[in-house]
Order: sequence, then structure tokens, then C-alpha cells
Amino acid sequence: MELLDNLALGFSTALLVQNVLYCFVGVLLGTLVGVLPGIGPTATVAMLLPITFSFEPVTALIMLAGIYYGAQYGGSTTAILINLPGESSAAVTALDGHEMARQGRAGAALAAAAIGSFIAGTVATVALAVAAPPLARVALQFGPAEYFSLVLLGLIVSIALARGTALKALAMIALGVLLGTIGQDLYTGTPRFVFDQRELYGGIDFVSVAVGMFGVAEILRNLENEQTRTAIVGKVKNLWPTREDRRRMVGPILRGTGLGAALGVLPGGGHVLASFTSYAVEKRVSKRRQEFGHGAIEGVAGPESANNAAAQTSFVPLLTLGLPAHPVMALMVGAFIVHGITPGPNVITDEPALFWGLIASMWIGNVLLVLLNLPLIGLWVRMLRIPYQVLFPMIILFAAIGTYSLGFNAFDVYAIAFFGILGYILIKCGCEPAPLLLGFVLGPLLEENLRRALIISRGDASVFLTRPISAVLLALTVAALVVAVLPAIRRRREVVFTEDD
Amino acid sequence: MERRRSLPDVLAGGIFVLIGGAFVVGSLGYQLGTPLRMGPGAFPLLVGLIVAALGLAIVVKGLIAGEVVAFGPIPWRAVAVIVLALVFFGFTVRGLGFVPTSAVTALLTTLASARVRPVMAVAVTAGLTTAATLIFVVGLQVRIPLWGPWLGF
Repeated sequence: MELLDNLALGFSTALLVQNVLYCFVGVLLGTLVGVLPGIGPTATVAMLLPITFSFEPVTALIMLAGIYYGAQYGGSTTAILINLPGESSAAVTALDGHEMARQGRAGAALAAAAIGSFIAGTVATVALAVAAPPLARVALQFGPAEYFSLVLLGLIVSIALARGTALKALAMIALGVLLGTIGQDLYTGTPRFVFDQRELYGGIDFVSVAVGMFGVAEILRNLENEQTRTAIVGKVKNLWPTREDRRRMVGPILRGTGLGAALGVLPGGGHVLASFTSYAVEKRVSKRRQEFGHGAIEGVAGPESANNAAAQTSFVPLLTLGLPAHPVMALMVGAFIVHGITPGPNVITDEPALFWGLIASMWIGNVLLVLLNLPLIGLWVRMLRIPYQVLFPMIILFAAIGTYSLGFNAFDVYAIAFFGILGYILIKCGCEPAPLLLGFVLGPLLEENLRRALIISRGDASVFLTRPISAVLLALTVAALVVAVLPAIRRRREVVFTEDD
Repeated sequence: MERRRSLPDVLAGGIFVLIGGAFVVGSLGYQLGTPLRMGPGAFPLLVGLIVAALGLAIVVKGLIAGEVVAFGPIPWRAVAVIVLALVFFGFTVRGLGFVPTSAVTALLTTLASARVRPVMAVAVTAGLTTAATLIFVVGLQVRIPLWGPWLGF
């Protein structure tokens, strides 16, 4: 079997000593930032990106990926124990998980989350290995027109998932694309919007944008109302769930895994959508609907599985199309490029060891996570006592050093401050930062493929509609746009109707 | 959601209009080219117009049927201190070197919290500077001199 050969190649790469070591470092750091509220995986990956430049490419990517799914995992611990989701997708887990903890069943909740995540991670890794190669083969047929339509579709789909109004999310995407045009023009070399500053010729570094929008802005949000974090954490005991619990977990874990694996592919935070959907599904199919919100183990097992499965399959668009589905993936694009690899359909054929090694490392990472989390739960609980007054200066200082060391360019550090303030104001006004970052990363790709497609078609813009794949993608884009805007229309009509009454 | 004016909406929309408009004006200074060979100004012009139009739509919507967003207080002190710390870092890291710049940046940042105590601030500064030096310079061999030329070494 070709798949088995490929997986064998992957495991032989991923099991190299340094790769296992950095996979471990990655999931450890990921769990840490997942557990600590106030630091997200995006800011962490952005800060640590410069560190990985000296590594082998595959080692660097294994570690960065580990941070990402480790954080998805760690977030649940905080959600269950202190009702503070460390990561946005863990918000659902807090509903029933914390309720279970208050009833003295924290151990069972943590175990449900860990077992669910492990099973989901394993299944989703296999799904990734099976789905990626055929998709990459399709993507190899893509010309510039198809790529333009695909990038547009990805951007529009990402707003369907963002919170807040579709209009603001659209504006954030467009603003990201616009900011991405700063720097030298790809075709003519004309420096654009650089105000005669040589340092801006290369454009704004996306690490600055990510650290500013997700790190600094978040810190400012947290400093709005400072309060001591009350870490009333009881003793965690009886980790192993009872037979009754085990029986009730099976269905939710399997359904959550399926949902998460499918929804994770969507751009713009499919893992958040996956955990919310899974919770809704479990509530609907359960015979004990009244228990939800009062400590139902299904409400922990399902969303946690969905969340972790989605974290794995969100690598599918990155590895097959070169499109990031999540801000962390956008940073991974940068990691690929720094190592001289263009993420996209060619990775699987040009760098098979890297591709399969990364996939295999995800399974190893999931094993490490279970080993790390269940026995060491006491350590993570103690981490919650670190005061925020130590954490946020550390984030700012490390962000400044990390970003500066990217290119020894002071402008990259100033850009953190600029995007921190811009992001803070926009977030306060109800705009989500993720669409802007995706727009910023994908914008240059959008422009390049638009211009290239028009050059090939001799200036005929109808090429986007006459090529079938491109036309289908554009039709999907329009559909996604309508769906994203429709609920707003419906809601507004509801408002009008109630006012008439 | 009830119909009401929303200041955050108007503010957000205004920012989009401002930035979009600035890019539109800026891109008119570059060659627009033809559809066949788009010049460097064409794409930013198009996207700038989209941003400005969406911003305008958000402003109008904010005036008629805005989204109710709780704006909350602004931690002015944190905003000022963190911006100052980052600008200081960028401006002096080459001249002062890694250790002094990191220490001042860390110290400034700790002041962002309204409830910081002096002992705490100094302790955090010392700890972070040591940690950063060990991690970045000793561990990762980032090529930034520990002490910069401005100090006369």
C-alpha cells in the first residue's frame, strides 16, 4: 500500500531523536500557552518563529505544529478547572466541564477531554494522510485563474465563521489585503506606500502584524480591568472515568471526531465552529438533554474531540493548496518560505519526508500530550498561579526581541506597536483580528494570481468565468458571501417585524 | 438587537474609510496600467476603494442600526507605556545593546499595570532580562551585541 509506505517514511522521519525532542518541546509549550489565559497560540508561534530558523525545516514545522495542537489541548484544562477558556475553542468545554469540576468530577472531565482528544487526533491524522495526496494532485492542475478564485473563496469563507457582523469581517479582510500591498511591487519593482523608508521595501513583516494584533492588543484588553485571578483549584482525583462515564463518552467522541475532521478544513477558525457544532449536536441527540449545562460528560467529550480533530485537519488546505486556514497556519506559511519551501501541492512530491514526517509527528505529538497531561495535571494547575504582571512584560519583551531578530529591522518592532494599537481599537469596535491577518498573508497571492491570469488571457477578465474550476470556485464564493450576509438580513427583518408589533 | 446609534461602529467604519481613502490617494500616484498589464497602482486602488466603501457602509449602518458593542474603559497608561517600550526597543537596541535595551523595555512594560509595586517591577525586570539573555543570546545565538557602541565599549 502506498499509504503505508508513505506513513513508514513519515514515522522514520518523525522518530528521529531531534524531531521527537522538538515535537515534545512544541506540545509542552503549546500546552503551557493553552493553559495560561491571555497568551494564545498565534502570538506564541509568532514569537517563537525566529527561533526555529536555525533548525532543519521538518524539525521547525514539527515544533510549530506541536505548539498549535498542544494549545488546543491545554485550553481545556483551564476551562474545566477555573472556567476560563485559555483558547477560544475551549469556551464550550467550560460549560459542562467546569460544572463537572464543581461537582467534584474534575478528574473525569479532564480524562474525557484527554481521551477524546487523543482518539480524535489519531483519526484526524489518518484522515489528513488519506485526503491530502488526492487534493494536492487536483491542485497541481490549477492555473493562476483558479488560484485567484480559490484564494478569494478561502477569504470569504473565513468571514462566515468569524464572530461579529459579516460587514466588519469583510472590511477587515480587505484591510489586510490592502496592508499586504505595502512594499515593492512584484512585477515592476516599484516601491509602494513606503514613504521613502528603505526598511519598508520588503513590506511589513507578518510576524509584526500577528504579534501586534494577537499579542499586544490582547494584553491591552486584559489590562482594562485588572483583577486577581482567583485560582480556586480543588484537588484533582479519580482521573479514570467510571464505566458509566466511559459508556456515555463513546458516541460523542466519535461524532465529534467526524464533525471536527470535516469542519477543520474550513478557513478562519473551523475548530471553534467544530466545538460549538458538536455541543449542539450532542445536546440534540442526547436522551438527557436537561443535564447539559449541569455537568454532562457528553458536553466535554464531544466538543473536545471535535476541536482536536479540527486542529489536525486544518493542515489540509495548508499542505495541499498552500492556503492557511487559521492565523497559526498563516505563520506556518512564513516558516515554510523561510526554509525555501513554497507551501502548496508541490510539497508532497518535492519534500515527501517533510510532508509525511509532519503528519506522523502529529500522531506522536498526540501520544506525548496524553502522557504529558494526565500525570502532570498538578503542574499545569500550579501554572495558573503565575501572576499576569509577570506574563505580559515577558510577552512584550520576547515579542520585540523575536521580531527584531527576524531581519534586524527596527521597523518590524515599530510595526508591532502600530498593529497593537490598530488591532486594539478595531477589536474594541467589534472587529475580529483573524480575517485581517488572513487577508494580509493571502493578499499578495491574490494580486499576483490576478495579474498573472490577466497577462495569460491577454487582459480578458472573463477568463475567471470561462475556466470551469475557477467558475465553480467563484460561484461558491458568491454563495458563501450570501450565506454570511443573509443571517444579518434575516435578523434585521426580525427586528423590523417585532417593532411593527 | 434594537435600532440605535453605535459609536464603535462609526469609529471602526471611520478607520476603514480613512485607511482605504489614504491608499486610494496614494495609489493614484503610481501607474495604473491596462487590464493586460496592470500597473503597481491598480490593485491597491481597487482594494482601497473596497475598504473605503465597506467602511462607509459600516458608518451608515452604525448610524441607523448599529451593533451594540460594549466599548469599556481604555487603559491609557498601558497603551502609552507599551508603545513607548516598543519604540524604545526598536530605537536603541542597535546602539545600547541587548542587555540595557531589554532591561529598560521590561521595566517600562511592567509599569503598564496600574497595580505594579516597585519591588515587583525590579524583580520582574531582572528576571526577564536574565532569561531573555540566556534564551536568545546564549541559547539561540541571536547576533545582537550584549553591550552596544553607545556605551563606549
